[in-house]
Amino acid sequence: MTELDSQSRAARTVDLAKVYGKGDTQVVALGGVTVDFASGQFTAIMGPSGSGKSTLMHCMAALDSVTRGEVYIGETELTRLGDAALTRLRRDEIGFVFQAFNLVPTLSARENITLPLDIAGRDVDPGWFDTVVSTVGLSDRLGHKPSELSGGQQQRVACARALVSKPSIVFADEPTGNLDSRSGTEVLSFLRRSVREYGQTIVMVTHDPGAAAYADRVLFLGDGLIVDEMADPTADRVLERMKGFDGLQHTAQAS
Amino acid sequence: MLRATLKSLAARKLRLGMSAFAIVLGVAFVVGSYVFTDTIDKTFDDIFGGLSSDVVVRADLPGEAGFFSGFDPGTTTTVPAGLVGEIAGLPGVERADGEVESQSLFVLDTEGEPITTQGAPGVAVNWHDGPTADGSQVLELVDGEVPDGAGEVALDTRTFDRSGYRIGDQVDFVSSGDTPRVSAELVGVVRFGDSGSLAGASLSVFDTATAQQLFLDGRNAFSRVAVTTTDDASATEVRDQVAQVLPDGLESVTGAEVDEQTASAIEEGLSFFNTFLLVFAAIALFVGVFLILNTFSILVAQRSQEMALLRALGAGRRQVTRSVLVEAVVVGLVGSTVGLALGLGVAQLLKVLFGAFGLELGGGLVVLPRTIVVAYAVGVLVTMVAAFVPARRAARVPPVAAMRDDVVLPESSRQTRTGVGSVIIAGGAAAMLVGLFTGVGNAALVVGLGILAVFVGVAMLAPIISVPVIRVLAGWYPKAFGTVGRLARENALRNPRRTAATASALMIGMALVSAISIVGASANATVDRALDDGVRAQFVISNAVGQPFSPDVARQAAQVDGVAETVSVRAAPGQVDGRTVYLQAFDPEAFSRAAELEFVDGDGDLGGGGVLVGEDTAESDGVAVGDEVRLSLPGSDETVPVVGVYTQSPVLSGGYVVSQQTLAEGAVPPVDSLVYVVTEDGADPAAVQNGLDEATADVPTVTVQDQEAYKQQSRDQVNQLLSLVYALLGLAVLIAILGIVNTLALSVMERTREVGLLRAVGLSRRQLRRTVRLESIVIAVLGAVLGVALGVVFGIALQQAVSGQGLEVLALPAGRLAVFVVLAGVVGVLAAVWPARRAAKLDVLRAITTE
Repeated sequence: MTELDSQSRAARTVDLAKVYGKGDTQVVALGGVTVDFASGQFTAIMGPSGSGKSTLMHCMAALDSVTRGEVYIGETELTRLGDAALTRLRRDEIGFVFQAFNLVPTLSARENITLPLDIAGRDVDPGWFDTVVSTVGLSDRLGHKPSELSGGQQQRVACARALVSKPSIVFADEPTGNLDSRSGTEVLSFLRRSVREYGQTIVMVTHDPGAAAYADRVLFLGDGLIVDEMADPTADRVLERMKGFDGLQHTAQAS
Repeated sequence: MLRATLKSLAARKLRLGMSAFAIVLGVAFVVGSYVFTDTIDKTFDDIFGGLSSDVVVRADLPGEAGFFSGFDPGTTTTVPAGLVGEIAGLPGVERADGEVESQSLFVLDTEGEPITTQGAPGVAVNWHDGPTADGSQVLELVDGEVPDGAGEVALDTRTFDRSGYRIGDQVDFVSSGDTPRVSAELVGVVRFGDSGSLAGASLSVFDTATAQQLFLDGRNAFSRVAVTTTDDASATEVRDQVAQVLPDGLESVTGAEVDEQTASAIEEGLSFFNTFLLVFAAIALFVGVFLILNTFSILVAQRSQEMALLRALGAGRRQVTRSVLVEAVVVGLVGSTVGLALGLGVAQLLKVLFGAFGLELGGGLVVLPRTIVVAYAVGVLVTMVAAFVPARRAARVPPVAAMRDDVVLPESSRQTRTGVGSVIIAGGAAAMLVGLFTGVGNAALVVGLGILAVFVGVAMLAPIISVPVIRVLAGWYPKAFGTVGRLARENALRNPRRTAATASALMIGMALVSAISIVGASANATVDRALDDGVRAQFVISNAVGQPFSPDVARQAAQVDGVAETVSVRAAPGQVDGRTVYLQAFDPEAFSRAAELEFVDGDGDLGGGGVLVGEDTAESDGVAVGDEVRLSLPGSDETVPVVGVYTQSPVLSGGYVVSQQTLAEGAVPPVDSLVYVVTEDGADPAAVQNGLDEATADVPTVTVQDQEAYKQQSRDQVNQLLSLVYALLGLAVLIAILGIVNTLALSVMERTREVGLLRAVGLSRRQLRRTVRLESIVIAVLGAVLGVALGVVFGIALQQAVSGQGLEVLALPAGRLAVFVVLAGVVGVLAAVWPARRAAKLDVLRAITTE
C-alpha cells in the first residue's frame, strides 16, 4: 500500500476494528483495517459474505460506530464526533448510493436529487445540476415520482443525488445489485465517468467482478482484514482472484 | 391459524395497546356512569325507603310528586287534628300520629350562612315516636333531649357536625314562611335512619305545637298522618277503611306504595343524569371506533405480505378475515377488562367529589351484573365493528402479493366512497331536520342518530375532501420550512385515507365542542338582549338555585328608600287539561311595569281566576282566548277561561300564568321565586342596592342583583354548564389525540427505511422531529377545521330549532372557535412528541438495512 500525502487523500482508516456482541457471542467484523483512499480514485471493495466489506463502508460513512481505531474523511476524525456533527458530515462531505430504497417516495426526482442541498439550506449550482442530470440522462424525468421510474432510472437518480452536492467521497453499496445488466452497466459507466471527468472519489462495495472492473483499484477483504488489492482490474482477473479466495475460505471452513 | 394469530398479536403489543386504550376509556366511562348512578340510587333508596308507617294519609296532589321537591312550594292542604283522632279509632288501627313537615327551613351556621348543599331541601318535622312499617324509628335521639315547647329544636347528626353549634346554643333559621327569620335553642341531636345521611339535606325537629306554629300558621292540623295498624290487620284493608273517612283533597296510601313511588321518583331523577353521562361515553366509543379502525387498517397494510403468504400457503379468505377479527376480540376483551377496573375508579372519584360538595354517599360502590355485561358487550362489539372493514380488506390481499415488494391493498373506489358517503350525509341531515323542526317523538334520539350519520358520511368523504384542504393548510410549509416542510406536507398527503380517518376522530370532538359553544354563546346573547330589552326593573331578588323564599322579602324591599314597587313572581307545578306544567303567578299589570309583557290576543285581567298562555304554547296545546281549560292544583280542580295570549320572551318563556290569588286558593303556600324591584325616577342605584342588601340581610338564601350582576349570574350558569360539557367532551378529544399519536407512530415505523435514508443523506434529528411534528399539526388542524365547520352547521341548526324557546339570538363565538383551531395545532405538537422522538432515535444503519 502506498502512502499518500494529505492533499490527495480523500479518506483513510487506522487500525479500524468493529466487534459485535460480547463474550461467547462476540463476532469480529473488522479486525483492524488500515487503508487509504486517494482523491479522484474509484475503489471497489470485494469479498465473500461476512468478510466485513459492508461494515467497513458503514463505519467509514459515519453510519455505524467503531469499536477501535480511527476513521478520517479528509482531515476530520469521525470516531470522536457527536450525532449532530456526523449528520452534518454525511450531509456535506459524503454521498450515498444504496442497493435499494434510495429515494424518498413522496418527492419528485428533482427534489430527491437536491435533497442533501435542500436539507443543508444550500443553493443548488444550476450549471452543475444540469451537468449531472444530463450525464445520467434524466433531464426529461425530473418531475416524476420514484414510483413512476424504472429501477435503473431510480439508481441513476440516486447517483445524481450523491454527486450534486460535490461531496469529498461517494459510498456506493452494491449499487447494481438489484438491476438488470443493461441498467447496471449504465449506472457503472456513469460512476466511472464522474471519476474520470469530474475527479469524484468513489468507494463501492460489490460482489460482482464485472462491476469491480470499472474501478481503478480493488480491495479484497476476508474475515475482517484486507487480504489483497489489485490495481487496474479486469473482470477476468478479479474473478480469478475471487475463485482462489473462495477456495481459501472453503478450506478455512472445513478445518 | 389461531396460534399464528395470537403470536402476531403478542408481537404488536404496543400498537394494539394504544388502540385498546380507546376502548378502555370508553368502557370506563360507561362503567363509571352506571356504577355511580346505581350507587346514588341505592344510597337514596336506603335513605328514603322504609321511612313510612303502615298507612299514610296525605294531600292528594295532581300528578305524581317529584322526588326532588325542594324547589316546589308544596301545598297548604292539611289534615285537621280531629281527623287524626277519628282515624286512630278505626278498627285495625293501633295508633295514628299527626306529622308536620316543611321542605324549606334552612339552618344557618354560626357564621350566619346556610349549611345545606345548594339545591338540597331544608327539612323540618315535628317529633313523634310512631313506628315505621317495619317497626323501627326514623329518628333516634343520640344527645341531649327531645325538643319540648316553643323555642327548642333538635338537629340531625350531620347538620349538627357541620354547623359548629353546641347544645344550648341559639340556632338561626331562614324560613320561606311569613316570618323569614326563626331562632331556637338547640336541645338535642337526632340520627336519621341507620347512617344519618340525608344526601345533603338538613333536618330540624320541633315539638308538634311549635312546628304547627311555624309551618301551619298555628292551626291545629297536620301535613300528614302516620297510621300504624294492629298486628292482625292488613295495610291495604286499613288503607281502604281510612279512605272512607277522608274529605276531598286527602288520600290514603300504604307505606309500601309510598316507598315504591319514592324509588321510581329517585330512578327518574337519576335517569337523566345517567343518560347524560352515557351520551358522552357513546361519543368516546364512537371516536374510539375511528382509532381502532385506523390502527387495524395500518396493521393489516403492514402485514399484507404476511397475509399473502398465509393465503399462498392455502389459508382461505375467511380464515384471514377471522384471524384479524380474533385479534379484535382479544383487544376488545383486554380493553373492556381494564376499562371496567378504571370505571370503578371513575365512579369512586365521582363519589369522593360529591362527598366534597356535601352529598355523602354511604356504603360501597354498587356493581350490578348488568354493568359488567354492558362493559364487555360494548367493548368487544365496538372493537369488532371497527376491525371488520380492515379484516375484509386483509382477505382481499392476493396471494401473489407475497412475492412482490410493494403491495397495494385493494381499496373501494372513489366513486363508491363519494356516493355512499353523500347518501349517508343526506340521510343524517334529513334526520336532524326532522328531529329539530318537526314535532317527532323522541326528537333527541333522532337528532343524535342524524348527527352520527353525518359524522360517518363526512368521515367517508374525508379522504377526498382532505387532499385539497391539506394542500391549503400545509401550503406554506415548504416556503417556511424548506425540504422538511415539503416532506411533512407530502407525508400528510401520501395516504389520504389514513390522514382523514385520524383527523375525523378529532373532527367529532371539535364539532361537538364548537356546536355547544355556539349554543352557549347564543344563550348568553339571548339572555343579555332579553334583560336589555325585556326587563325594566332595576334590581332582581332571587335565590341562586331557584328555591322559593319568604314573601316578607318583597315586603321589606318595598320599604327601602327609592323603591317604587316590588313585583313578585311565584311558581308551582300543576296540571292544565291533564298535562303537568309549571305555572307562574304574578299580577300582569304590575309585571308589565317590571318587565316586557305584550299580548297577541286578549288582555292580562286575571281577576276572574283565568289563565294567560304564551303564543307557542297556545298553538301547540290548541288553546285560544275564550277557551276553557281544566286547571288542577293541590287544593283545587276547576275549569277556567283563557283570557290572554302573550308574546313569549326569555323572561317569560311561554308557559301558563295565573294570579297569585288562584295559587293560594289552590292550596299552594305563598312563597316567592323571584322579586323585581322598580326604583323611583332619580333614585341613586348604589343607595338603593345598599338599602335592599340591608333589608334582605336576614335572609342569606337570597341575593339582590342589579341588571349587570343578574346577567353575569346567568352567564356564569351557562358557562359553568359549558365547562362541564367541555370537560366531558375532552375525553373524546383525548382519544382523538391518542389516535394521532398512534397513526404517527405506526407511520414512522412503516417509513423506517425512508427515515434511515433521510438521516443518511444528512437530515438531522431535529429536522426529522420537526417533519413528524409538522405532519401531526396538519392532521390535527385538518380535524379541527372540518370539526369547527360541521360544528357551526350543527350549532346554527340547533339554535334555529329552539329559537322560539328562549334562544332567539344567534351568536357565533368566532374568537373562541379560532382558539379551538389553534389549540388543535398545539394538540398536534403534543401528539407528535413521542412518535417524533421514536423516529429520531432510529438507528440509521438499522433503518436502512431493514427489510
